[in-house]
Amino acid sequence: MLADAFVYLIAAVVMVPLASRFGLGSVLGYLVAGVLIGPVLGLVGTETQDIQHFAEFGVVMMLFLVGLELQPKMLWQMRHRLLGLGGLQVTVTAAAFFAIGALGFDLAWQSALAIGLMLALSSTAIVLQSLNEKGQMKSAAGESSFSVLLFQDIAVIPILALIPLLALPELSNLHGATDDGHGGGSFVDHLSPILRTLVTLGAVAAVVVAGRFGVNPLLHYIAKSKLREMFTATALMLVIGIALLMTMVGLSPALGTFVAGVVLADSEFRHELESDIDPFKGLLLGLFFITVGCGIDFAVLGENVSLVLAITVGLIAVKAAVIYGLGTLFKVNLPDRWLFALGLAQAGEFAFVLLGFTVQNAVITAEMSKILNLVVALSMFLTPALFIFYDRVIVARAVQAEAREQDTIDETGSVIIAGQGRFGQIINRLMMGNGFSTVVIDHRSEQVEMLKKFGVKTFFGDASRPDLLHAAGLHSAKMLIVAIDDMHAAIEMIKHARRERPDIHIVARASDRSDVYRMYYAGANDIIRETFDASVRAGRSALEALGVHPHAAERRINAFREIDRDMMLLMAQHWNDDIPPYENEAYVAEGRRQLKIMEDALAGKRTIFQEKAERGWSAR
Amino acid sequence: MSSSVLLLYFHAAAEFSKANHGLISALGHQEHLLVRDMYAEYPRFSIDIDKEQSLLATHDTIVLQFPMFWYSSPALLKEWQDLVLEYGFAYGDGGTALQGKRLQLVVTTGSPAEAYTAEGEKGYTLREFLRPFEAMAKLCHLDYHAPLAMHGARDAADNGQQAVWNQAYQKLIAALIAGRYPQSLAKRTDVVTPEQLLEVL
Repeated sequence: MLADAFVYLIAAVVMVPLASRFGLGSVLGYLVAGVLIGPVLGLVGTETQDIQHFAEFGVVMMLFLVGLELQPKMLWQMRHRLLGLGGLQVTVTAAAFFAIGALGFDLAWQSALAIGLMLALSSTAIVLQSLNEKGQMKSAAGESSFSVLLFQDIAVIPILALIPLLALPELSNLHGATDDGHGGGSFVDHLSPILRTLVTLGAVAAVVVAGRFGVNPLLHYIAKSKLREMFTATALMLVIGIALLMTMVGLSPALGTFVAGVVLADSEFRHELESDIDPFKGLLLGLFFITVGCGIDFAVLGENVSLVLAITVGLIAVKAAVIYGLGTLFKVNLPDRWLFALGLAQAGEFAFVLLGFTVQNAVITAEMSKILNLVVALSMFLTPALFIFYDRVIVARAVQAEAREQDTIDETGSVIIAGQGRFGQIINRLMMGNGFSTVVIDHRSEQVEMLKKFGVKTFFGDASRPDLLHAAGLHSAKMLIVAIDDMHAAIEMIKHARRERPDIHIVARASDRSDVYRMYYAGANDIIRETFDASVRAGRSALEALGVHPHAAERRINAFREIDRDMMLLMAQHWNDDIPPYENEAYVAEGRRQLKIMEDALAGKRTIFQEKAERGWSAR
Repeated sequence: MSSSVLLLYFHAAAEFSKANHGLISALGHQEHLLVRDMYAEYPRFSIDIDKEQSLLATHDTIVLQFPMFWYSSPALLKEWQDLVLEYGFAYGDGGTALQGKRLQLVVTTGSPAEAYTAEGEKGYTLREFLRPFEAMAKLCHLDYHAPLAMHGARDAADNGQQAVWNQAYQKLIAALIAGRYPQSLAKRTDVVTPEQLLEVL
């Protein structure tokens, strides 16, 4: 047991950071780790099947977390996409595979239909994890993908109900149709249909009502115990309890926890719940991906290599084509439409479950199931490659196409603004209003489309990528304004720009002091803390409301600005990027010294804050 | 022995001033002269008092160059006086930091010289309008020189006056640095025009 755990963990610890480092995403790292410890080194064996069932619980947790991010109002807003896009994706894709299976492979219609349905489903685990890592969840591709995945998760329930009806008589004699408990083993089977419906609806209602009224008081009570692990235990208990309840009434556990998540999205404990469940979700999903890697049977693959590859490629091509078509129909912009199509082109973890279930129900043969198992695993394995393909080819080409178009009209010496959120937009308007030509980069395609409608020259893409900065004219620009909100990417961008252009002036948006220090050392010229000015102005309003004369308040905030800047410079001298601030003794000591000044002011002593604000004005 | 000159230039919309810009440009960079564009140093009026005081303390001659706005100086110069010329530094108990230094005003006006007379459009002489600076010099024990006045600044660039002004300004600064600015000019009771200055220097 411990040895197995160690094998899984060490494989993950070795491979995942490596994959991450090369920009391949964690999913591929886990998959490769699985292949290494399974088929290649033989460190783990058939027990991975059981572990996989266990690890599928990661998907349940993930949907709980997704639900937490999604208020009921937002869910209602996406109903058209959910039903339209998701419903069409499942039916059209299943129909296509049904036709191919029945006509092309000459399968019985029952087998072809079952296979079509199971292959129409995509991998929630891989897609959401990858989109999250890429920060694409809120993009058009992310939202469309999520709608489809959510619909698929719901669709599993009727599919599970349908499969026993597709049993082939000639196979039934061989296998004997049995029920293994996936969706079928619930106690409601023995109830009359009306009662069953009532119990099912009652369970969902119980989750909603308990989530709405019961969970918050419980979490308050637990929070009072001040035991961190009790909170984690409660969060786990909730998720597992809901999953159990859903299984008992024959609903998808993932769907149930998703509903619970949505109900709790308004709770003040939302972030605590998120941070408690998140590591479990991450580890379980990782484990799940490892078992997919382990499950690749090289013996079967060797015998049928061309068949497996052909079906896999066909699978991905058909799914991508259908989704791309739907993306066009639902007006998903390019290049997001490509991300949407390529991202969902694999078969998913539900296919493993459904394969086992169909064999037991005598719908397809065991041989077919072995081949399809490989196809599903391989298609999942190829997904990270498709994401990379999207990044390196599709986005790069889109950028180049725009770059060419821009280069002809662009005069040199303009201002590059990376990031066009609330922060960057204001800068851009100020620059344009004063006759400075700008080149604007943003990674959200809707934003880019909108700005283009207003006639703002805009590049789509991840501004921290060097080639994009060059396409935007880094070699000749007068200035780079880094206004993106991803601080890590911002610092990398500053470093890169400074390396390429030692003479360019860089204005950077920082989120907090540590960013200021890092950006300073990275080579930014002007570093602006994004909320500092607003905070100081809010403070001035407070001073005025406290009876300080408006002009005195103005002088005080000006003094505060200067003192704060001086203090920050003092802190900066002790800053060390390699030591966490709280372990850096000199840094902490300087912080303490500065805090002491505030305490003195509170104690009624005159401090530099008053002295500076009153200098030259107070009578002596 | 040369003396060091601190030239503080105050113009709230420097990019629109041909005359003042021309004057500053004519000086260029030179040894013993520090030119500070004060509106560029303190665009938000948050004057660094310590820095300004130490600059005053380390120079022998202070030149204040500015255009007349509403019969007075641009607002930042007033703010500079309010904050930098502190009690105990520039005046009052122990306030001897400026004692014996020279103060030279260099002023441009939009109106012609004739406007600045008792009978003219303004009703007072320019020297009278500048009285507060003279009083300031007295309080701080500065040696107040008769201001150098350039009248009709709006047309100076077009009517050839600017070249004369630039030349006069260069001579003024050179004489101040050399410590040879004639008392006949410094002790005039009205203002000094560029032409008058060029006659002597």
